[in-house]
Amino acid sequence: MSLYDKFFPPRIITLDNGKRIEEKRSRAPLVIFILLALSAISVKVTGFRLSTIITRGNQFWVILGRMFPPDTAYIGEIWDPLFDTIKMSIIGSLIGALIAVPMAMIASSNIIKSRMVILISRLALSIARTLPTLVTALIATFIWGLGTTAGTVAISIFTFSYVGKLLYEQIETVGMGSFEAMEAMGCSRIRAFWCAIIPQVLPGYLSNSLYCFEGNVRYAAVLGYVGAGGIGIIINTNLGWRDYSRVGMILLVLFITVVVIEYLSFWLRSKLT
Amino acid sequence: MARKPEQVRPSQTIQEMYEAQPNAWIFTIAIIVAVMLLLAWSSTTLNNDNSTSIDGKAVALSIVHGLTHPNAQMLLDFSSAGVPYLLLETMCIAFLGTLVGAVLAIPFAFLGAVNIVPKPIALLFRTVVMAIRTIPTFVYGLMFIRVTGPGPFAGLLTMSVTSIGMISKMFIESIEDIDKGILESLDAMGCTTFQKIRYGIIPQISADFASILIYRFDMNLRDTTTLGLVGAGGIGAPLIFAMNGYKWDQAGAILCGLIVLILIIEWISNKLRNHLARGI
Repeated sequence: MSLYDKFFPPRIITLDNGKRIEEKRSRAPLVIFILLALSAISVKVTGFRLSTIITRGNQFWVILGRMFPPDTAYIGEIWDPLFDTIKMSIIGSLIGALIAVPMAMIASSNIIKSRMVILISRLALSIARTLPTLVTALIATFIWGLGTTAGTVAISIFTFSYVGKLLYEQIETVGMGSFEAMEAMGCSRIRAFWCAIIPQVLPGYLSNSLYCFEGNVRYAAVLGYVGAGGIGIIINTNLGWRDYSRVGMILLVLFITVVVIEYLSFWLRSKLT
Repeated sequence: MARKPEQVRPSQTIQEMYEAQPNAWIFTIAIIVAVMLLLAWSSTTLNNDNSTSIDGKAVALSIVHGLTHPNAQMLLDFSSAGVPYLLLETMCIAFLGTLVGAVLAIPFAFLGAVNIVPKPIALLFRTVVMAIRTIPTFVYGLMFIRVTGPGPFAGLLTMSVTSIGMISKMFIESIEDIDKGILESLDAMGCTTFQKIRYGIIPQISADFASILIYRFDMNLRDTTTLGLVGAGGIGAPLIFAMNGYKWDQAGAILCGLIVLILIIEWISNKLRNHLARGI
């Protein structure tokens, strides 16, 4: 940013005692200019028009309006897909979080000394994280067929990348004293990791995994759209039939489930820390 | 300090501590049993009946082949069907979506912060935000297509509404961290409400807000693929068409472009957020 200072030289203020200090010019104009330029490009590319929103905005409420009142008689058919969604999230989060532990271990620079191993494992975590969950789910449906297995695989890959990244960042900040002491006593590195590092990172790890599980219930609802099982399938079907009162009922049940799970997980996480 | 010297002999202290450690085996076993029950209950989803006629292994191999041999023609095509333009469109959707989402989230954030409004109102608005978050992306996509017709505009509006949830949740946290002492001292100096907002509140929250928005932009970039499902623009639709048509080289080209873009954006966003958090 020193280039910016050359174009807009800092203001020099002379204090009462004769000392001269420099006040750098504000960066705000530059930031605002960049933001405006990017917005202008984006408006052009996406065809954003405020007038459309104002004149046709009421159309947005049409579908939402038809969801009320929700079709309460439909609830009997919701339970199965809903429990499928929850099961997918539970087992997907569990598998993903468990695989994340060894991966995070070999991605932490204070445990593994080889730069190559660290680089490769971090790249693997990064790539797993960049793949959108929906795309993973779609690929999984090609391999495992339509159904909940594909959704579970997609969720566990997402959880793996998310928890793995947070875990190795956490491992890198723990106190290394006990780990070094155990290594000095002749323990293997895995044993030292198990006994010295794990107890330190366990609360944070469990809390992150629970948080991820919470989000996964929401994600699992979307996965049904590509046929990967769960509540998304019946949302999709009923949207296709334009039976919006049933969609409203599904969304209501999903909302209640999400709220319950969120409070449960919030309570558990507050117990952990 | 009142301890007698012989009690501090290391071996004895360790032995004593070892014997005095809390005996929590019932708790541990209860947790293990609970987890096992949950696992047994949920493992019923993993039914691997290969009822579909596709051979999983062959598909997996062709996906890997497609990813390693992307369609170079598509990667270097600068027309509106090529990967560079699709990536630009995706970025534009995510960028404006985040900005509009931020504008929409600000009222929710202030009305949901317990240090601004009374607690019942804050809880009410938090519940509203939760409800907004629960509706899946593709349902919003369909709603907005009625407003704007299919295309990136609908995607932009969908992204902005789906961003409200996370943005307002994190805005609330940063608003609740505001140091009230500064506002009180500005009050004591006789500042007007506008001055209090300008010099007391904005400097405290602007860095946090910017950091949150950059993070959300990063996330929106990944989520825009979902929009392709309902025809709301972005890179998702061509990707899903290519995959459903088993054109793995095209899917590979799009995925490679997307992965590289997301990695670059993530790197830039980490740099910017570190800059915001630590000053220079």
